Amino acid sequence: MAYIEIRGVGKTYHSARGSLRALQPLDLAVAEQQFVSLVGPSGCGKSTLLMIVAGLLAPSEGEVRIRSTPVAGPYTDLGIVFQRDVLLDWRDAVSNVLLQAEMRDQDRRAWEPRARELLRLVGLDGMDRKFPWELSGGMRQRVAICRALLHDPPLLLMDEPFGALDALTRDQLNLQLQRIWSTSRKTVLFVTHSISEAVFLADRVVVMSPRPGQIVETIDVELPRPRHLAVRESPEFNRYSQRIRTIFEQLGILSEL
Amino acid sequence: MVEGEVERPAGAMARPAPGWQQRLVVRGGPALVFVGLLVLWEAAVVVFRVPRVILPAPSVVLGQIVSNPGFLLSQASTTLLEVLLGFALSLVIGIPLAVLIVSSRFLENTFYLLLAVMNSVPKVALAPLFIIWVGTGLPPKVAIALMIAIFPIVIDTVIGLRSVPPEMLDLARSMGASYRKVFWKIRFPAALPSIFGGAKVAMSLAIVGAIVGEFVGADRGLAYVILTSQGSFNTPRMFAALAVLSVMGVVLFYAVDFMERRMLPWHVSHRGEAVGQSE
Repeated sequence: MAYIEIRGVGKTYHSARGSLRALQPLDLAVAEQQFVSLVGPSGCGKSTLLMIVAGLLAPSEGEVRIRSTPVAGPYTDLGIVFQRDVLLDWRDAVSNVLLQAEMRDQDRRAWEPRARELLRLVGLDGMDRKFPWELSGGMRQRVAICRALLHDPPLLLMDEPFGALDALTRDQLNLQLQRIWSTSRKTVLFVTHSISEAVFLADRVVVMSPRPGQIVETIDVELPRPRHLAVRESPEFNRYSQRIRTIFEQLGILSEL
Repeated sequence: MVEGEVERPAGAMARPAPGWQQRLVVRGGPALVFVGLLVLWEAAVVVFRVPRVILPAPSVVLGQIVSNPGFLLSQASTTLLEVLLGFALSLVIGIPLAVLIVSSRFLENTFYLLLAVMNSVPKVALAPLFIIWVGTGLPPKVAIALMIAIFPIVIDTVIGLRSVPPEMLDLARSMGASYRKVFWKIRFPAALPSIFGGAKVAMSLAIVGAIVGEFVGADRGLAYVILTSQGSFNTPRMFAALAVLSVMGVVLFYAVDFMERRMLPWHVSHRGEAVGQSE
């Protein structure tokens, strides 16, 4: 039984101006402890799919099951990271991480050592008492990741978490995410529009078509771990990237004109 | 990882800490301008031989204040009480009302319409009616002050409560947070900057309300003094009351501003100060 079962999930948005078909009915199974990337052009519905898996959005058809239980509302045994870090301005870094505990009716003091340890692990040593406006974008996103990991959830959903960051910070965070994942082996669903990020991080890459989104292909990435940044120049890596690029070209997303 | 040293934190500004001379100019500047204006005023009255009943000189006004400080202070305390009660009630009633409005679509539609209608009726026109309903003394003045001051409180609190980014609320839902937790830990703190903005306006309006109430039916208070001074053409006393009223208005406004700085050091409008001190 797969950890996440997505069966026939489709989504149509209805508004005064008519209806918008965001997702065609699609099926996907994510195995436990697998790192799966969802890659596709803007507007293809990958974020919508993630929100449906999280139970934050109801599908128009189909269902999602996590650990065989249907998702009927916001699923809480997970950590979620959005593209915007959404930290609370009135709390310092460690208090922002501890929000996860407080919202779950836990005593924050019990979780404080773990929060500090997580911040240290992502390279924010000594930044515990800093406020979000004193931190750079990359630092804030790292605080958001620590917040998502505080309660050690078995599932991690990430919606273009590094999309708003510069290339160097992005590479750094890719490496840190890989390191965190390899030590804790969570199931991860990672949405991105970067082909190279998708291939670098994942065990499987799910390629989506433009709106209305559907799964065009699923590619197993057989590169050995741990992966160093240099692997992105290797011929094997390029073969994967090329395959995905070709798919996008065929779908009309990329053209060499 | 030497991130902290290589990257530049978003909030820090690269300007040197102000020296004592600069701070003196910044703080002392407005006071000097004010004194200069008083001197000009005094001179103008003398040079143009302006009659006392039209425009008394600052020295005359000051004389009026100094000759009977107890009188003005006791009148001021009446007005102050009216203002503070009206302001406090506008918070106590206005904020929960805003919370109610935000929590229900039905309530929102009902109340907003009601508020809009009530807001378009000039409350000052209702003042005589309040005297008939509530009588004389403290209550009608407080009621009028409350009536005017409550609008910015309700409107700004609603805006503030709605200013939470939707991703934050999604995050809270995926954490399984109860509505109460989300309200107290996320929505309400996020609304505070807006509430304080409304409070500053409400304070000014509470003063207006108290004054209108006193104009319409009072036997004491600073506005009452102004009104009776008109009757006896005692312009110096009118100015004295105005001066005390102005000081009261400024102090009250800055009291709210001070509370805001204390409670919201994290807000974007106060950050420059904090960073300058901590580094």
